[in-house]
Amino acid sequence: MIEYHVRRRSGVPAYQQIVQQTEQALRLGHLQVGDKLPTAREVVAATAVNPNTVLRAYQELQRAGLVESTQGLGTFVVRVLGQAENSAAAGLREELTAWVGRARNAGLEREDVLALTASVVDREFPLADEPAPGAVSRERP
Amino acid sequence: MITTPAVQAVGLGVRRGRSEVLHDCRFRIPRGAVCGLVGPNGAGKSVLLATAAGLVAPDSGRLELLGRPVGDAANRPRIAYVDQNRSLYRQFSVQRLLRLGRDLNPGWRPDAAEEVLDAARIPVRARAGSLSGGQRTLVSLALARGKAADVLLLDEPLSDLDPLARRRTMGLLLADVAERGATLLLSSHVLADLEESIDHLLLLDHGRVRLAGPLPELLAAHRLPDPLSVPAARSAGVGAPAGSVPARAHRVDLLPGDAGPDHTEAPTLEELVLAYLHHPGAPDWISPAMRPLTPETCEAVGA
Repeated sequence: MIEYHVRRRSGVPAYQQIVQQTEQALRLGHLQVGDKLPTAREVVAATAVNPNTVLRAYQELQRAGLVESTQGLGTFVVRVLGQAENSAAAGLREELTAWVGRARNAGLEREDVLALTASVVDREFPLADEPAPGAVSRERP
Repeated sequence: MITTPAVQAVGLGVRRGRSEVLHDCRFRIPRGAVCGLVGPNGAGKSVLLATAAGLVAPDSGRLELLGRPVGDAANRPRIAYVDQNRSLYRQFSVQRLLRLGRDLNPGWRPDAAEEVLDAARIPVRARAGSLSGGQRTLVSLALARGKAADVLLLDEPLSDLDPLARRRTMGLLLADVAERGATLLLSSHVLADLEESIDHLLLLDHGRVRLAGPLPELLAAHRLPDPLSVPAARSAGVGAPAGSVPARAHRVDLLPGDAGPDHTEAPTLEELVLAYLHHPGAPDWISPAMRPLTPETCEAVGA
């Protein structure tokens, strides 16, 4: 079962942290359709965040069509996100691993690699209205 | 439908000798709320909690718990109170105190009490008098939690606990809110401890209620100045006690809903509280959600 970690003063509201952590687990396949989310009581006991915070996060996930709450039974995953870890992606991961290895051999630092990939991802998957974040300026020729 | 409030004060006043330690307090704490009671030293927080527990009689106005006047015997099984001194029978072992809790309280939940002690590995055979301050706090909170009360009145419940015990203990108290709809009224000097845990706030200053309301509403109703237009505003540190006011609190706009173009950012809980304490003349802000329920009092607070 997913365990939430809520960071204080991270700038991200606690309910959003719970939403994001759930989405990430759905994306990475750590949560599957039919899996049960922890109860509000369990999340509250583990994180000491207000019960309303957990309910708000779960409502948000429900509104996004990712989970459904059944009275008395709990909150269950009804849809997963993305393709990041399914079988089709396995080959891509392998290619990416090889590419990152070549980048390191070529002398690129961790930050260089992240900036480079971010700039390509931003170009290939443009966001609706936000301009791409500043990775472009660090792109190497 | 509006249920009976957990706690309601109408014109509450309490005197100690010649001075008035609580003055014309009006507020309502709804059932199931987690209400932080904050304010500087001497603001009247402990007196308010002791009054709610029925240990101090109001000198004027009234204070009700679960719809009955404080001190009403029918309330006793439904409230739990942890005072600042963690009053325990010093000669009694922890085990004996837990037995006492079980024998004196019909709805006793042994698991809830033991859960508080287990994680901290409190020696159950030790006498209460031989425990450290933090351990005595945990035993007091274990007894309060075991009672399965509807309203828990907790005076600085986290003050002498280590960070891990704070998080864990707060988590257990909040679990009772999620599970049983318990109401928590807890005082604290350390606003950071409360920030993600409370949903209502009651700010006392010199015995007066300055600020009361659901926390999201209070934060949304106030604005900080733009950090770019006031460079000093964001530089102060965090975690300062309520008595010392960091520079940025000077700049908080205290006029709700009147934020100009250079006031854009919502304050944190700490910034909000410090701003009110630093501006004693600022108008009080009592949200309709925390005003007392009777018609005549709604009028009196300007509803």
